[in-house]
Order: sequence, then C-alpha cells, then structure tokens
Amino acid sequence: MAGATSVYRALGDAIRDAETSGKTLSQVALELEAEDQGRTVEDIRTVLGRALVVMRGAIGDGMTGDLRSASGLVGGDAAKLRTGARGPLSDTPFRDVLARALAVQEVNAAMGVIVAAPTAGGAGVLPAVLTGLGKAKGLTDEKLVDALATAGLIGAVIAERASLSGAEGGCQAETGAGAGMAAGAATEMLGGTPTQAGHAVALTMQGMLGLVCDPLGGLVELPCVFRNATGAAIALAGIEMALAGITFAIPVDEVIDVMGEIGREMDVRYRETAGGGLAATPTGRKLAKERLYQIRRS
Amino acid sequence: MVSLLDIIGPVMVGPSSSHTAGACRLGLLGRGLVSGTPQVALLELHGSFARTGEGHGTDKALVAGLLGFKPDDERIRTALEIADQEGLQYKFEKTTLADSAHPNTVRMTLERGDIKSTLMGSSLGAGRVLVTEIDGYPVEVSGNFHTITLVAEDRKGSIARITGILAEHDINIATLRLTRKQRGGDAFMVIECDESPGAGVRDELRVLDWVRWARLLDRVSGGGN
Repeated sequence: MAGATSVYRALGDAIRDAETSGKTLSQVALELEAEDQGRTVEDIRTVLGRALVVMRGAIGDGMTGDLRSASGLVGGDAAKLRTGARGPLSDTPFRDVLARALAVQEVNAAMGVIVAAPTAGGAGVLPAVLTGLGKAKGLTDEKLVDALATAGLIGAVIAERASLSGAEGGCQAETGAGAGMAAGAATEMLGGTPTQAGHAVALTMQGMLGLVCDPLGGLVELPCVFRNATGAAIALAGIEMALAGITFAIPVDEVIDVMGEIGREMDVRYRETAGGGLAATPTGRKLAKERLYQIRRS
Repeated sequence: MVSLLDIIGPVMVGPSSSHTAGACRLGLLGRGLVSGTPQVALLELHGSFARTGEGHGTDKALVAGLLGFKPDDERIRTALEIADQEGLQYKFEKTTLADSAHPNTVRMTLERGDIKSTLMGSSLGAGRVLVTEIDGYPVEVSGNFHTITLVAEDRKGSIARITGILAEHDINIATLRLTRKQRGGDAFMVIECDESPGAGVRDELRVLDWVRWARLLDRVSGGGN
C-alpha cells in the first residue's frame, strides 16, 4: 500500500538522531528519503545532482543582464553587481551571493527554467548561498549535493509544521523558508555540526519572521527578486553566527512553529493578494496597472 | 507527507510554482482525462488564477499541459502558438466558483473525438495540485500516483474484478475511492497506483461490459519529476 512516510516532523529529532549516530544531517536525510521512496541513495543523489545543474544554468543565464520579465519591471540587476561600482563587501563572497540570488529570480521572472526550492518565488536564495559559498571555498559538487539533501530535509519539516506558500504564510514562508534551508545546509557543508546547522536555521528564520508577501500586481517580480537577495544576506548572517558557535535560545522547531502561527494570523492583504504592503503603495498600484496592461497587449 | 525531492523541485519554467508549474500539471491531468490532446478546451479560471494568471503565464501553462508538455519544458512560453498549429481550440473565461473553492482553481471542459469531460482542479502551492471534481463527481486526485478513473454500473463484485486485473499485472494500489450519486446508479472509481498501469490495463478494463469508460491519468508529480 501507499508508502508510510517517515519524514521528520521535528528538525530537533533529526539533529538528535544525526548526533547520536555520528552522521551528518545530509546522510540522515538521504537514507530516509531512499527508504521512503524505495530507491537507492545514489538514485536520490542523481536527482539532486540534476537540480544542481539546473540551478547553475539559471545563475549563468541570469548573470548576462539581457533578460526582462513579462511586465518589464525586473531584470538586468544581477549583471550590475558584476560590473557596477565596488562596495565595501566586494572582496568577500557576499556580493557574488547577492548577484546569484538576483540572477535566478530574474530568470524565473522571464519564464526561464529554475528549480522551485522551496518555491519558484523563493528559488534564488538556496542556489545563491550554496553555489556562491561552494565556489569561494572550492567545494566539490558532491558536497553541494549533500547540502541540497540537508536543505530538502529542513524544507520538508517547515512544510509539515508551518507552510511554504506565500498565499498561506507570507514571504517568511517562501524566502524565509528558503533562507533557513540555505543557512542550515551551508553550515553543515562548511563543516558545522548538525546542532550548529539547527542554530543557523533558527538564527536565520528569526530574522525573517513576519515578512509579508506583497508583490506588485500579484506577479512574482517586485519585490520578490530583491527579497531573494536580502534573504540570502540574512542566511549568510545566520551561517556566520552559527559557525562562530553562537546559539539561539529558542529551539529551531519552535521558531518554525511561530513562523506558521504568524502566517495564519497575517491579514489576507499580506498574503500574495497584492492588497497590501508594497503592492498597495501609490507607486505600486500605478506600476501594476500600467504593466498589466502591457502584458495583455503583448 | 512531504518528500525531500518535492522540496528541491520541481525543475520548472518560471515564474510561479503555483500559477505556472501547478497549472501545467493540471493541464497534463486534463489531457489524461481525454486520453490525448483535446480539440476543444474551455478553461474557466477562478480567484487568483483569473486575477494574476496572465502575468504568471497560467494560460500558457494550462494549454502546455493539455499539449503534453511537462513543467520544465521551455515550449510553455510559446504554447498558445503551438496549440494553434496543432488544432487545439482553447478559450479562457473568468469565473467565480463557490467561496469554498481554492483561490487557484480551474474548471476545464475538454473535448476529443467522442469524449467530452470536465475536470476541476486547484494548484495548492509549491507545484502541488489537487483535482477535486471529474464529470461532476467529487474526487481527490493529487497526481502523485498513476491514477485510473472509471465509471461503471453499480454492481456487486465490480471492485474485486478490477483489483484482480490490477493484481494480475503486478500493479500495487495506493488508494481506492468509490463514489456514486445513487444506489444502482453509476459508480465512479478513482484508483491511485504505485506503478503505471499502462494502456494495456486500461483497455482490459474498458472491455468489461459494465464499465462505461476508463481513463488513465499519468503521474505528474512526486519522486523528483
């Protein structure tokens, strides 16, 4: 009969199991998924490896700067981080990670091919953080595939306990979840323990609690593209703090729960309906009206 | 329950997992319902599908699914032109369904040869979909399994006969749901299977004289596809 899934309902349980058996979270995640799907770990890794190829392809396509979204509201900004004036963090991986996040979302807005991880609207954070830090540290693809498995485990717990949908939980459930997944996965990828990875998720998601989903005209364009870049920045903060040994006093599962609770309490105007937030500003309304007209004509 | 591969995926054409990838999957399920590319398709959009569908390519994605394109197929971008070339006449209308309907819902009325069928389905987020009604019968089809839908006369032993055929072909049943509008009336069956039953099983079911029709909806999601 139908597979009785045994995905963890609590990240705390997965962390405890990993620590007591001396495994990484990625090993725990891969073994669990293989058992649940009736496939081999190698098979699951192959699927994740294909996702990594698509992620890199989207980053490459988005860096060129010649893509425009359906409405013309976004596009070309990833390239500016590559060729524009230098800033205080230009010599760190920070700027490259931001560019990668923008690139994926610009490709997404232009109907290019991306990996929805966890969703299309929040698809920039995870590949940006993993491939950006992976490149900076010279990590192998194998390490990145492991990190994708860890990220999948974290995302599955968030889906179970809270939500991964902007319409249900606001942007904290999309880019916020993406940032939490990226932070936990990258922390382990860079040598952190499962416990440190858990703190990285909590330290990141606490910084994105309450974030509303307020896209102009309801389109996955503005501010979504930039939210992915700022989400990646918060993930980098979480990773840096967790690897330094900083812990967060509220357990990660409680942080995830409260994200879900805030999402449920959030007024519907702030949940992807374009009824509030930036979408409802005078300029937001004006741009949406003009650009939607343009889409209808094209 | 949520699979890790559902979180790291799907690989898809943007911009929205619910408005684009989910819409494409609903189109694919509609295609299965009429066993191929329909000649005529009326697509009634409700809620957010109607409101922001154009900017998200929901129209293109639904038609792409009806043409048999998967969510990662870049032909989604030009699906409306391809539909014109392939003789699929589509028409979009905005509608308001019951308040209880999910904000991203479409009702499709599809015609292919002698087959005319309706399907109502919703896109739940992150590319997940749920078909809630087929030909007026309430159903729950997630697209995570290979699904057989069939209408049969309400008679004793029909389930045993059908499950027997599946067992002979080594097909494992994940879920089975039977509904009917009245006693002795037609029974509507939805069988979700782990393995693809294939056209062979479908045709074996079709020849039973008390089965009015049987159709196969291929899996559209789950397991990293």
